[in-house]
Amino acid sequence: MGRKILLEHIDVPGINTFDVYRAHGGYKAAEKALKEMSAAQVVEEVKSAGLRGRGGAGFPTGMKWSFLDKKSANPTYLVCNADESEPGTFKDRYLMEHIPHMLIEGVIISSYAIGCNTAYIYVRGEFKYIIGILNKAIREAHANGFLGNNIQGSGFNLEIHVHSGAGAYICGEETALLESLEGKRGNPRLKPPFPAVKGLYESPTVVNNVETLATVVGIINIGAATYAGIGVGKSSGTKLISACGNINKPGVYEIELGIPVEEFIYSDVYCGGIKDGKKLKAVIPGGSSVPILPQNLVCKTANGDVRLMSYESLADGGFQTGSMLGSGGFIVLDEDACVVRHTYTLARFYRHESCGQCSPCREGTGWMEKVLYRIENGEGRMHDIDLLVNISKNIEGNTICPLGDAAAWPVAAAIRHFRHEFEFHVKHPEIVKNIDHGSLEKFNI
Amino acid sequence: MIKITIDNITAEVPEGTTILQAARQIGGDIVPPTMCYYSKLKGTGGKCRTCLVKVVKGSEADPRPMPKLVASCSTLAQDGMVVENTLSQEVMDARKAIVEFLLINHPLDCPVCDQAGECDLQNLSYKHGVEGTRYEEDRREFDVIDIGDKIKLHMNRCILCYRCVYTMNQLTDNRNHGVLFRGDAAEIGTYIKNTIEQEFSGNIIDVCPVGALTDRTFRFKSRVWFLKPMDAHRDCPHCAGKVTVWEFGNQIYRVTGRKNEFGEVDDFICNECRFEKKDIHDWVIEGPRKITPRSVISQNHYRNTKKQSIILPLDEKTEPQQQ
Ligand SMILES: Cc1cc2nc3c(=O)[nH]c(=O)nc-3n(C[C@H](O)[C@H](O)[C@H](O)COP(=O)(O)O)c2cc1C
Ligand code: SF4
Ligand code: FES
Repeated sequence: MGRKILLEHIDVPGINTFDVYRAHGGYKAAEKALKEMSAAQVVEEVKSAGLRGRGGAGFPTGMKWSFLDKKSANPTYLVCNADESEPGTFKDRYLMEHIPHMLIEGVIISSYAIGCNTAYIYVRGEFKYIIGILNKAIREAHANGFLGNNIQGSGFNLEIHVHSGAGAYICGEETALLESLEGKRGNPRLKPPFPAVKGLYESPTVVNNVETLATVVGIINIGAATYAGIGVGKSSGTKLISACGNINKPGVYEIELGIPVEEFIYSDVYCGGIKDGKKLKAVIPGGSSVPILPQNLVCKTANGDVRLMSYESLADGGFQTGSMLGSGGFIVLDEDACVVRHTYTLARFYRHESCGQCSPCREGTGWMEKVLYRIENGEGRMHDIDLLVNISKNIEGNTICPLGDAAAWPVAAAIRHFRHEFEFHVKHPEIVKNIDHGSLEKFNI
Repeated sequence: MIKITIDNITAEVPEGTTILQAARQIGGDIVPPTMCYYSKLKGTGGKCRTCLVKVVKGSEADPRPMPKLVASCSTLAQDGMVVENTLSQEVMDARKAIVEFLLINHPLDCPVCDQAGECDLQNLSYKHGVEGTRYEEDRREFDVIDIGDKIKLHMNRCILCYRCVYTMNQLTDNRNHGVLFRGDAAEIGTYIKNTIEQEFSGNIIDVCPVGALTDRTFRFKSRVWFLKPMDAHRDCPHCAGKVTVWEFGNQIYRVTGRKNEFGEVDDFICNECRFEKKDIHDWVIEGPRKITPRSVISQNHYRNTKKQSIILPLDEKTEPQQQ
């Protein structure tokens, strides 16, 4: 079993309280950073640890911090993105629910590093109970001198505010999040300017994912060199993977980046294999937005290399034969799962969550959903399949924010790898209308 | 000053100019069409994506091309930048796609739409669209509502350019309408029966690129191409008083701002000028408004157009594109 940095103490009873967290080494990293290190040293440490954003894009965190506009007359803000709403991704919630102080500590250290005195945690509206958990943790940290003025005598001041979203996936996109935090409609902004220059209230702002900030704690604790030694190449450290779908042990796992995908699916330490002894059909390795991988490309890349759980290996082969690590939402489909139905479900999600600001996404997501609905319900025609490919191509790259791409990629990838299933739906409307959603055998007619 | 090249034509523009503004300075066919950007309203643009262009060279300092098409209305020109608009097949294809997206939920009720003849969407699809449609699904539908006693809202026709929202934000004191809901359910609304009656609110009719916001004092009185647009002015206590009046005989049918070749008004006008002053004696007439000869509006007035003597039989016209 690999090394655990985030979830090491997750099973300790009461770890969600300050005292127990503290007794297990909690807030040591904050003390170390604030008292023994300069802000620049913390940034340097995170840079050399090779930490990459865990929110989906995998952008190097230290580099993001150093892009901040230091000449600005406005204050600097840190915003924690806890809007986790991607279908298949449920790792941040787990972390905040069970070990909230780790996020608070991570926010303290990161705020110190970037010179921020007011930090916000933007929590997905549906996570109402988590807001209570976080506020309690903040109160405890305050009472113990880890928040407020002159934290632990270091001269550093910090307040953290928890803000509730109102239930929109798009508010996870960082600039939409900032709009929403400012009290406006959550429409993504045009970039540039990037948040590092003009973010919250026109001020330099860093937006980081929950897991990213929590990981900073571990990096300070064990040191950048040790952290960078975990993982492979540019995918250093550990990552939370939320595994779901047709597997024996769905749940949140902390993995060392670089373990083989095959091990992750079949080892009893992780997913424990496919449910009911069935065969694997496909995997969506990084949350609903990333391309689906068919069974033959899951454990091996197109070149025949072993596919690893890392940013690079999962992306190997580009979109033709690869996918992305994304946010780590690992969705497994067994041989009986219907790719068309699955794709339709995702299309429905993206249509519902598009902010509607730019025309390709607003109109294209709705169009794709309607066509997929017809195909899934036995009303499709052959030319609908190419139409879908074309609509997704017309959306991709032409939108304001990446939600358009996120809606287009799954459809394009599903048709690229599973065109036969779409054709089956068109050819056999009576079967798809009446029977369940079709199995691999049924498609072999 | 910086140099930017668009479709092989180089222009010198001040720093801080967008690609679109540079193109408009050059003028002619290389100007990308715009549906949401409005130079007189801060913050507009970036939404409709009709103005997408290809940047084949980023700048002299960093010559790398930009990986995606960019919205020319909201991308700044750089020194040495090379841009392709009509020369790039990729841009032309994307524009076709955008027109298609804008039209799939549009009701195409041009025969009964007051905007017909002066509609940006009509012009855009005429130039860049495809005959025929690939869209077989139901179109989105909304009720037609009166958002005040002067303005009608046909949400079905709206392309969500947000121009009217910015107009109300920037010209009036208390905006009470905006975009409700999201995705393709998004709509312009006043949220539970507020009415739009603020001074200067009539300008949302002029900025609307389609027939979503129309003038209730003019609705169905005449097709615009039967009217004669004349520049006129009056001594107005609220605004500059410089307008275009649309005459039939000696009667003024409607009053609008003076729109330039890009469909943008020179000055925003007040509600009194627009809605109350319909008597010819209210105005000092300056002379005919110059309207591009390409517009249907100019057909009756400024050019002796020869009627086409032979009407081609149907099958010799361009084949409808089947996709
Ligand atoms: C449509 C959309 C939704 C997103 N949702 C989330 C989210 O729920 N949580 C998150 O951390 N990042 C989300 N992101 C990514 C953020 O924009 C941003 O990249 C991230 O918060 C940066 O943090 P990181 O560098 O720590 O990964 C989303 C992006 C898009 C385009
Ligand atoms: S891509 Fe979609 S979600 Fe993103 S700004 Fe455009 S309409 Fe909104
Ligand atoms: S005019 Fe540029 S995006 Fe609409």
